[in-house]
Amino acid sequence: MRKRESSEHVVEVATPEFEKSAQKKESRRGLLMALPSYLYLILFFVIPLGIVLIYSFATRNRFGGTDLSGWNVESYERIAEPIVRTILFRSLWLAILTTVICLVIAYPFAYYLSTRKPTIRNVMLVFVMIPFWTNFLVRNYAWRVILGNDGPFTKVTEFFGLGTHELLFSQKAVVLGLVYGYLPFMILPLYAAIERIDGQLLEASRDLYGNGWQSFKNVLLPLSMPGVIAGSILVFVPSLGAYVTPEILGGAKTTLLGSYIVTQFLTARNWPFGAALSFVLMAVMLLMTIIYFRKGGRTL
Amino acid sequence: MSNAVEPRGLSKIGLQINGWLVYLFFYAPIVLLVIFSFSDSRNVGKWGGFTLSWYEQFVDSSNARNALENSIKIAIVVTIISVILGTMSALALERFTFKGKRVFDALLYLPIIIPDVTMAVMLLLFFGEFFEVLDNLFGLQLRKGFWSISISHIAFNISFVSVVVRARLAGMSTHLEEAAVDLYASRWKAFRYVTFPQILPGIAGGALLAMTLSLDDVVITQFVAGPGWTTLPVYVFGLIRKGVTPLINSISVIMLLSSMLLVGLSLLAERTRRGG
Repeated sequence: MRKRESSEHVVEVATPEFEKSAQKKESRRGLLMALPSYLYLILFFVIPLGIVLIYSFATRNRFGGTDLSGWNVESYERIAEPIVRTILFRSLWLAILTTVICLVIAYPFAYYLSTRKPTIRNVMLVFVMIPFWTNFLVRNYAWRVILGNDGPFTKVTEFFGLGTHELLFSQKAVVLGLVYGYLPFMILPLYAAIERIDGQLLEASRDLYGNGWQSFKNVLLPLSMPGVIAGSILVFVPSLGAYVTPEILGGAKTTLLGSYIVTQFLTARNWPFGAALSFVLMAVMLLMTIIYFRKGGRTL
Repeated sequence: MSNAVEPRGLSKIGLQINGWLVYLFFYAPIVLLVIFSFSDSRNVGKWGGFTLSWYEQFVDSSNARNALENSIKIAIVVTIISVILGTMSALALERFTFKGKRVFDALLYLPIIIPDVTMAVMLLLFFGEFFEVLDNLFGLQLRKGFWSISISHIAFNISFVSVVVRARLAGMSTHLEEAAVDLYASRWKAFRYVTFPQILPGIAGGALLAMTLSLDDVVITQFVAGPGWTTLPVYVFGLIRKGVTPLINSISVIMLLSSMLLVGLSLLAERTRRGG
């Protein structure tokens, strides 16, 4: 908009007609620049999404193929089955647990980070960013090595006389892997939110005889709420759809939604059911994201 | 935090301990993995003396080398195309108004928030149908592999690049561009000599992010890679599921080092940006 105003100085008369045609030209330019990505996303994202939706209403035939005739909602009805429900609730529970643990660890850390001197703070931030950028698969695999048979974890528990604990292939291991993987996702938005708060507000609450807990509850926490919500969604969303972590650290008894969907496609060959499940998963994510934007979140 | 009050007493000690524990939690597994990759023991988590044999095994393994080569080829193609498309969308969204802008904006966010598994399923079904149609129409013998993987990676990377570049554009005033236009620079020249140098760090950041995400992806790649085609993370994932061996340790460390190298480069780019 502004650019157009200034370019008016170049032309002699800015008649309404001229203004209009200039606006049209600008609009065409903008569309032209967006067009390649627009078309790309329609072809390789929107159409695939539509195909999943179509498949979710299709029927699986006896040979493990999919018949695209005879539409029905059977695949969606199957979600109410006990086995599926168990997996669904287990995934939800582990995702919530992961989010809460990340929050409890990350909040004091982010607060501490934001009270450091700028130079120290930058170094500390870099060391949070490094795991954030490091290969997720490898970081999960590292825990497989640590928790594995006769590995370092067993050594530590034995050293403290706690006996041998089998953590690998349990739900605990999966949560540990998820927390390890997604903790930076919680720390960074929390830090961004707390960093913006004026420390004098906290001081004021202390001057008014509020104790530490009261200043936290009534001042710090409400002011940092956008960060709490952003971080929670950034951790919850990938945890709910996790596939790699439960495959590496979980066992047969810890099937989660992500792995269950993959199984439908690669081994059980029930594509309509898998499509329905992945569509539901996406709907949950979409809903969460809309809530996030409604609450005034900006960065993803 | 401005005007921060230095924590005192017990809370200070608590915060400090928590801080150290977080760093211990982040880095102990990585350090242990590096140590065990040099261990001369069949058990992946046991120290059995120093050896380089697992790295030698990696170099000797043609499968692993092949997978690494595929990963790098895909990452390069994906990065170039996503950076061009992502930057163009970022410019269109930040500097222009056009019909369908809001829809495009929303569409661009979707690949970021969609779960990996859902996107993998989508693309699996898509390539199944799409390749069949093309085969029937043109008699092509299309096989999933390099292009199906690259296309999928670009599909999510356009969005990530555009978010990074947009952040850079949003924080930049339009005054300089306006001045250039006032001085009779064409739109292209204004972009080439004024806008582009300013958003270059954003583009570099987006490129590194795209490259990292392409090199790291397991789930989507596994779904859209045809038989006999694999990238390094998918290869490693397959090995882990078959049973852990010390060879995985050494490959993991190599992957770890390559992502750290990329972070190092991005930090360096950041620094030169601030310095210059």
